[in-house]
Amino acid sequence: MTLLLFIEQVLNGLQFGVMLFLMAAGLTLVFGVMGLINLAHGSLFMVGAFAAAAVAGWSGSFVLALIAALAAAAAAGALVELLVIRRLYDRDHLDQVLATFALILIFSEGTRYLFGSFPLFLDIPDYLSGPVTLPGGILYPTYRLALIVAGLAIAAALFLLISRTRLGIQIRAGEADREMIAALGVDISKLYTIVFALGAALAGLAGALVGALQSVQVGMGEPVLILAFVVIVIGGIGSIKGALIGALMVGLTDTLGGVLLPELFRLFMDNSAAQASGSALSSMLIYILMAVVLIWRPQGLFGARA
Amino acid sequence: MTRERLFNTALMAGLLAIPLWAWATDEPFTITLATRVAILALAGVGLNIALGLGGLVSLGHAAFFGIGGYAMGILASHAQSYAPLAEWPFLIEGTKSMPVIWIAAILASGLAALIIGALSLRTTGVYFIMITLAFGQMLYFFSISWPAYGGEDGLSIYVRNGFPGLNTLDPIQFFAICFALLAAALWLNARLSASPFGLALNAARQAPHRVETVGLSPFRLRLTAFVISGAITGLAGALFADLNRFVSPTMFSWQTSGEIMVFVILGGVGRLYGPVAGAALFITLEHVLGGLSEFWHIYLGLLLLLVVLFARGGLIGLIAGRQAAHD
Repeated sequence: MTLLLFIEQVLNGLQFGVMLFLMAAGLTLVFGVMGLINLAHGSLFMVGAFAAAAVAGWSGSFVLALIAALAAAAAAGALVELLVIRRLYDRDHLDQVLATFALILIFSEGTRYLFGSFPLFLDIPDYLSGPVTLPGGILYPTYRLALIVAGLAIAAALFLLISRTRLGIQIRAGEADREMIAALGVDISKLYTIVFALGAALAGLAGALVGALQSVQVGMGEPVLILAFVVIVIGGIGSIKGALIGALMVGLTDTLGGVLLPELFRLFMDNSAAQASGSALSSMLIYILMAVVLIWRPQGLFGARA
Repeated sequence: MTRERLFNTALMAGLLAIPLWAWATDEPFTITLATRVAILALAGVGLNIALGLGGLVSLGHAAFFGIGGYAMGILASHAQSYAPLAEWPFLIEGTKSMPVIWIAAILASGLAALIIGALSLRTTGVYFIMITLAFGQMLYFFSISWPAYGGEDGLSIYVRNGFPGLNTLDPIQFFAICFALLAAALWLNARLSASPFGLALNAARQAPHRVETVGLSPFRLRLTAFVISGAITGLAGALFADLNRFVSPTMFSWQTSGEIMVFVILGGVGRLYGPVAGAALFITLEHVLGGLSEFWHIYLGLLLLLVVLFARGGLIGLIAGRQAAHD
């Protein structure tokens, strides 16, 4: 393995990581503020991807597609919050798991009903297609680089939102003591709807951005959802900083593990056995990472409470 | 006799009577449906020991279901090809004998539950849910990427495994085996909840600090429950694989975990016969709604949502009223 190839894989890992962060940020906010575990977050990812693919097919504009993804996912999130989710805040986690599992069934089959079972495709716009030359002579796809930049920019904006704005203060106060901020005159149910829609919009955006790299199909959200769970378990539930660091760790581990482990096994095995056991082990690597983090710190790297 | 008891008796009698009637009128498909109910209910009984008795919301029971399935698949495929499973440190041959496969499935899934439980039970609440889910996914991806036993394509067994003295290829005889195991698991579950262990486990769910104060370890109680729970679900997995004569990574998928949990909830959490009622309702819905619409999962989702939001006792709760028991 050459250094150039290694750097390219690191960039791929970063790209995967920042997209996971967009998913994990919404999940961890919703859990931190409302104490809700939301399995249907992956469905919002899928809603964003389908909205983007539909609008891109109709208008041909990638920017419009992204706006549609944000709007559709935020609207779906707000609607679901108003109809279902707000009845679940006082319930135990088991009820939350089941109700949001039911939402997955409804979202997935509803999407299959509207769009059919065949995957849709979302094209990368011309100005972002093709490779770009990085310092050191590395050729890297422009679109993936744009994803890394966009993801990091959104992460920075989210940190500013949480730490500097009035909404951010309310969100942090809501995590600490919801009765108290309600007593201070903050409309808590409106705040919850906004936080849920914000998380949904981030998931929808991630769906649209990733949708251009792979196909847009029913069920695309759940694998990402489970990875996002791993991310927030590693980072500590409720912590945005933990979500970012956890997402980058998971993205890098998964990408680099898939490339490096077969190489490593090749040192002492024959080629096909090394490929098989290397890829089998690398598919489990992030879960092993999670187990190690949990043995060391059961509340996650940045989790305040267990 | 309370209303719940009456319902349970009717449920088990119905589950026994319908396939017998189908056997008399020669409708093997109905027998197969009833067999699926019995097997899935058995998986649900396993989960219910962790969930209902121990309060452990495991979203990773597909791991044990799948391990049971692969225990059957691996042993039977080695018997099929006459290649021993291992020659060192001692010879292990494949087998087509159900009882041996069951023991292997119970041991393998119990061991997996011991490892997964020992790690996951360090956490509680929402962390526990996510971690069990993640361990299930870990095995799912492992089963896809490990090529020795079919990888993504799964593993087919040509002939159903045998049970001494019975012809397992006859649907009604295979149903009888599954029904008997379900009844045995229900009996075990009832004995467990009445035993000192069950009482302590129940107490650990409601007031872990008090349990600790009287000198018991909630962690050990929960881990024991988790291992028993995983082993029973693993046994169900072996039967399920035998029913289909096919194992695939789908058995490990998180949807399988979700569905096993749905059986328990549809029937009623913590009710002894809840998983039986839930699995029967699920298979009936799948059969009836699946015939009406290709998109029957929407209706299942809506029903599940309504049950969770408005009818928290599940089917048995609706029929027998709120839990009379200690809670």
